[in-house]
Amino acid sequence: MKTIRQKLIIPIIALALASVTACKDGNKNEPAAPMSNEMHQEKPNHDDNDGHHDGAGMDTAMNGHGNAQAILNDYFNLKNALVGDDNGKAKGLGAALATSLGNFDASHYTDAQQSELKDIVEDAVEHAEHISESDIAHQREHFKVLSKDVIDMVAITGTEMKLYEQFCPMYDGGTAWLSTKEEVRNPYYGSKMLTCGKVQREIN
Amino acid sequence: MKIVKIIAIVLLVTFVGIQFIPTTRNQSDSVPSTDFMLVNNVPKNIQNKLQISCYDCHSNNTQYPWYNKVQPVAWFLEDHIKEGKAELNFNEWNSLSTRRKTSKLRSIIKQIENGEMPLDSYTFIHRDARFSEAEAEEIINWVTQLKDSL
Repeated sequence: MKTIRQKLIIPIIALALASVTACKDGNKNEPAAPMSNEMHQEKPNHDDNDGHHDGAGMDTAMNGHGNAQAILNDYFNLKNALVGDDNGKAKGLGAALATSLGNFDASHYTDAQQSELKDIVEDAVEHAEHISESDIAHQREHFKVLSKDVIDMVAITGTEMKLYEQFCPMYDGGTAWLSTKEEVRNPYYGSKMLTCGKVQREIN
Repeated sequence: MKIVKIIAIVLLVTFVGIQFIPTTRNQSDSVPSTDFMLVNNVPKNIQNKLQISCYDCHSNNTQYPWYNKVQPVAWFLEDHIKEGKAELNFNEWNSLSTRRKTSKLRSIIKQIENGEMPLDSYTFIHRDARFSEAEAEEIINWVTQLKDSL
């Protein structure tokens, strides 16, 4: 009797485990998003980070504003990936942005600013995380709200960079984003309508 | 023939065996004061629809039909509820800031619009959780109003 039990218990456990993992796999089995790994842009990461701004970035880092700068850098990289219709790259950059948002240190701001920043960061992290695991249409939906968060963050933290708030009236009833360049490169439409939009505000 | 018998027995024993592995149940008697329905003036028909179609995975209280107590269905469900509540818990609605509420409402609208919610795997069994086109439109309109009023 005992040996039968022992013989049975192993396959039972094995099967039970198999059914658990099979189930979990089934959950995560989203249809693989078509990934375009072609490089549409020559240097997507470089566009917004030209030498002139590096100095400014370092200054802000020394003033203790480095984290806001890190967030902005990741935001612009992500924006450029979306401009380039690069779903795979945007996933990785969404994850990077979620990390830099998580590392944000608001301790040297006033209490009111801190609670506002905490709220902004919490919201933005969620959108960045979604971007790290979505197809490009979803990434763009989340980028819209993320952009609002980042614009609101900059209103508090300020930045030494020269920024352009741009606006596309066509996407989802009108949508804004930030860019370091004056010329419009639309992250919501990418190659479909690359230059749709206008500068609606200059920062610095 | 013999091998078929053995396999059948093993499967049966496994099925019975896994019933004894406990799962965490998502059940609560009280509705906290932060609940979506309590802090918003939600029309009755929309309340019903949200309760049936959303609250099983997006609140602290799931209505478990009998088959959801059976493994491995219960595991599958447990996973969904955990994920669903992390994303949005209607019971804790009012603990969110205005920014977060706006974000959530926007997501609710998009997900219903795109037919992503309620999940197909859920409506497959819960036929009454499906939204007809008219119901989806009604909910989207109401949620949009709420979002714009924040």
